[in-house]
Amino acid sequence: MKAINFIFNIHQPFRLKRYRFFEIGNDHYYYDDFANEDIFSRIAHRSYIPAAETLLRMIEESKGKFRCAISISGDALEQAEQYAPEFMDLLKKLADTGKVEFLGMPYPNSLASLSDDPEEFLLQVKVHAEKIKTLFGQTVKVIRNTELIYSDEIAPLFVELGFKGAVTEGAKHVLGWKSPNYVYSAASAPKLKLLLNNAKLSDDIARRFSDTSWGGYPLTADKYIDWIASTPAEEQIINICLNMETLGELQPRETGIFQFMEALPRFAAERGIDFWTPSEAVSKLKPVDTLSVGHPISAVDEGRDVSAWLGNRLQHEAFEKLYSVAERVRLCDDRRLKMDYWYLQGADHFYYMSTKQFGDGAAAANFSPYGSPYEAFTNYMNVLADFIVRVEEQFPMSIENEELNALLTTIRNQATEIEHLTKENASLKRSIDQFNVEHSPRKPAKPVAAEEKAKSGKKPKAVKPKAEKQPKTEKKTAAKKAEK
Amino acid sequence: MKALMFGWEFPPHILGGLGTASYGLTKGMWECGDMDITFVIPKPFGDEDKHFAHIIGASQVPVAWRDVSYDYVEQRIGKLMSPDLYFRLRDHIYADFNYMRTNDLGCIEFSGKYPDNLLEEINNYSIMAGVVARTIDCDVIHSHDWLTYPAGIHAKQVTGKPLVIHVHATDFDRSRGNVNPTVFNIELDGMHHADHIITVSDLTRRTVIEKYGINPAKVTTVHNAVTPLSPELLDIKVERPKDKIVTFLGRITMQKGPEYFVEAAARVLKLDKNVRFVMAGSGDMMNKMIDLVAERGIADRFHFPGFQKGRQVYETFAASDVYIMPSVSEPFGISPLEAMQMGVPSIISKQSGCAEILTNVIKTDYWDIDAMADAIYSIITYPAMHDQLKEAGLEEVNQITWQKAGQKVIDIYNKVLNR
Repeated sequence: MKAINFIFNIHQPFRLKRYRFFEIGNDHYYYDDFANEDIFSRIAHRSYIPAAETLLRMIEESKGKFRCAISISGDALEQAEQYAPEFMDLLKKLADTGKVEFLGMPYPNSLASLSDDPEEFLLQVKVHAEKIKTLFGQTVKVIRNTELIYSDEIAPLFVELGFKGAVTEGAKHVLGWKSPNYVYSAASAPKLKLLLNNAKLSDDIARRFSDTSWGGYPLTADKYIDWIASTPAEEQIINICLNMETLGELQPRETGIFQFMEALPRFAAERGIDFWTPSEAVSKLKPVDTLSVGHPISAVDEGRDVSAWLGNRLQHEAFEKLYSVAERVRLCDDRRLKMDYWYLQGADHFYYMSTKQFGDGAAAANFSPYGSPYEAFTNYMNVLADFIVRVEEQFPMSIENEELNALLTTIRNQATEIEHLTKENASLKRSIDQFNVEHSPRKPAKPVAAEEKAKSGKKPKAVKPKAEKQPKTEKKTAAKKAEK
Repeated sequence: MKALMFGWEFPPHILGGLGTASYGLTKGMWECGDMDITFVIPKPFGDEDKHFAHIIGASQVPVAWRDVSYDYVEQRIGKLMSPDLYFRLRDHIYADFNYMRTNDLGCIEFSGKYPDNLLEEINNYSIMAGVVARTIDCDVIHSHDWLTYPAGIHAKQVTGKPLVIHVHATDFDRSRGNVNPTVFNIELDGMHHADHIITVSDLTRRTVIEKYGINPAKVTTVHNAVTPLSPELLDIKVERPKDKIVTFLGRITMQKGPEYFVEAAARVLKLDKNVRFVMAGSGDMMNKMIDLVAERGIADRFHFPGFQKGRQVYETFAASDVYIMPSVSEPFGISPLEAMQMGVPSIISKQSGCAEILTNVIKTDYWDIDAMADAIYSIITYPAMHDQLKEAGLEEVNQITWQKAGQKVIDIYNKVLNR
């Protein structure tokens, strides 16, 4: 029994416009709308839409035997809503078949899991999960972190978020002689099951499919399923992680990529190979071993490390500056500010700053909207400088985060506290009334009118100042604190 | 292989990049081995580095017969040329040039600079070349820049050996398109007579092909390189002011785009007052630039230290945080490479030839003052940017050696000789 687990990733960043340093503090809009719309709608029409249609057909024709998973970033969802709503409809249709599982990920496809601020990462994944829930009605169970980034340090965060499994790279330097075609458990969080990308079989489609100089060319569905069937019988799960744009954009329609995909379920059925979703794999299979990953791994470059984003000084400087205000931004209420903060966290911005362009980073240069990594850095830092100016306008940097937090809590709690105190006040008032009633000397019925007069006149006098006083003192203490 | 080269400048007495490039290339070729190079320059001073090439001073080459004794020659020019060579050259005088202004040894005096009677000096240089070509045995003739093309052509006609000309610049670069027809014709003549043309960048190669109408198959680019700096120069320490220093170093002429530097400086100073801008050099646009600086109201932050030479150049680099070369048209531009050697991040215009081979620099269009200002601001504001450019730049520039360039030239020699 063998199963293939297809995982398609969809992400497009919000590319930044050319932003000069003299605009810092003046211009608070950072995005190149033209490029973003142009690129997104092009890729949507060349790849995302036909690919989603293909997947739908595959599910229909195989009568539900074909299953797969999709991870889509918040940035991509927002752009799809704006620029290609027909693609959103297709995603909803895919979700409705029940055969497509949506995976968790940080909302802006960020590197937050590598920062030393876990709160930021947790928040991004939670908000993403909520968005998936509202759009597609699914609760995410398995996480596919940005670019398959994973390490022992990150694993406990996945567990904290309630994930049963995680998808990451089957990096050779971590696996050694081990095969990626099993389920492993995380060394630092034994409950977390790991699904590992089979880099060879993924790259056969993503990189080599149309390469005529490759020995495997032409790759047919028959041949591909054959390769999978010929893996040792004990190896049960083959994880194929692809970027959705592989279908139609990286491997254009003319290469026959869509027909190749459509033919897969038929040949798989002949060989008795199933298709599973990640959560099926995680629940059906037991881990064969634990996997320890000391240094973060990813799906990118020959080294399968994170040096494409955090490999040089520029990237480190930008990264540190960016996450230095994370906590501060979370304290803010400005929705626009928070959105900008996430858009700025897209891993792509860091990828553009990679100076590895002589080696395998050449791919980075191809997708970069900038002439050089230095330009990318300069532009990004200018935008970030403006962003930080805005954060400072919200709260001056001279106040420490903790102090600010305390003040904000006081302010937020003020309303409830006032309410609480008024309630207390009212109840006291009532008990005083009662007391007065109980202890009032019994008198003949004659002076009732007089007493009533006293009641209406006296009581408010006695109580009112009290009611006013208490909130006042409360405010005073809050103000005093704020002064500090 | 024996090469006879004609040049105009040779270190240490240089006026521009031509001398540095001629020196580096000759040395690089010698390092490749099996090269016997004779290098002719107008006026040697005697302190030139002679270990890799035989230096012949045109001012010591007799073009008219003088009956002088060995001792007299020894005493007159012994420091610059051996009397034996003088007498050998004297034996090859091919016509009577007594009508020309010759000195007691029958030699024409050259200034070796760029005097007002430059055309006359170029002509004299070519007369002298006839004597040298008849005396010195060679396989190939190599002329550096237009001043020496006539000499090269003459030598080729005398010896029948192939001529390679080296285009370090064209008049299109020097004049921003306002070409001097006499100079253009000298250049064109040289290119037509040449068996092969070497250009210092693809940019220059295109100019040669497009503006001079030369067959592209005859034109090859050999990018310039840099000579490693001595530890003494690398060690230069200067007192640094608190402010960041942005430096422009070069002739203050139209070709170098100094006004774009001033405009970019004005933009930076609007936001960051802790920067000083230095325009080192002299030239015909200097006064205009001083006016422009005053007009922009940034004279308190803008400095003109004048022409820098020798060690001063490196002291200026050592004091700088950013080096900028906004040239409108630069055939190659060796100075950013020198700045990088000194660990100074560089901003260069996309219109300069060195942009073709450099990666760890900032490239902007010469007219894009916004981009230039942005780059300056970024380097002086973010230490990571400065350090990354500095370190990666140093590593990169150390890979650009004259030996590699020299080998390419030798390959071209072999090609023209059909070896």
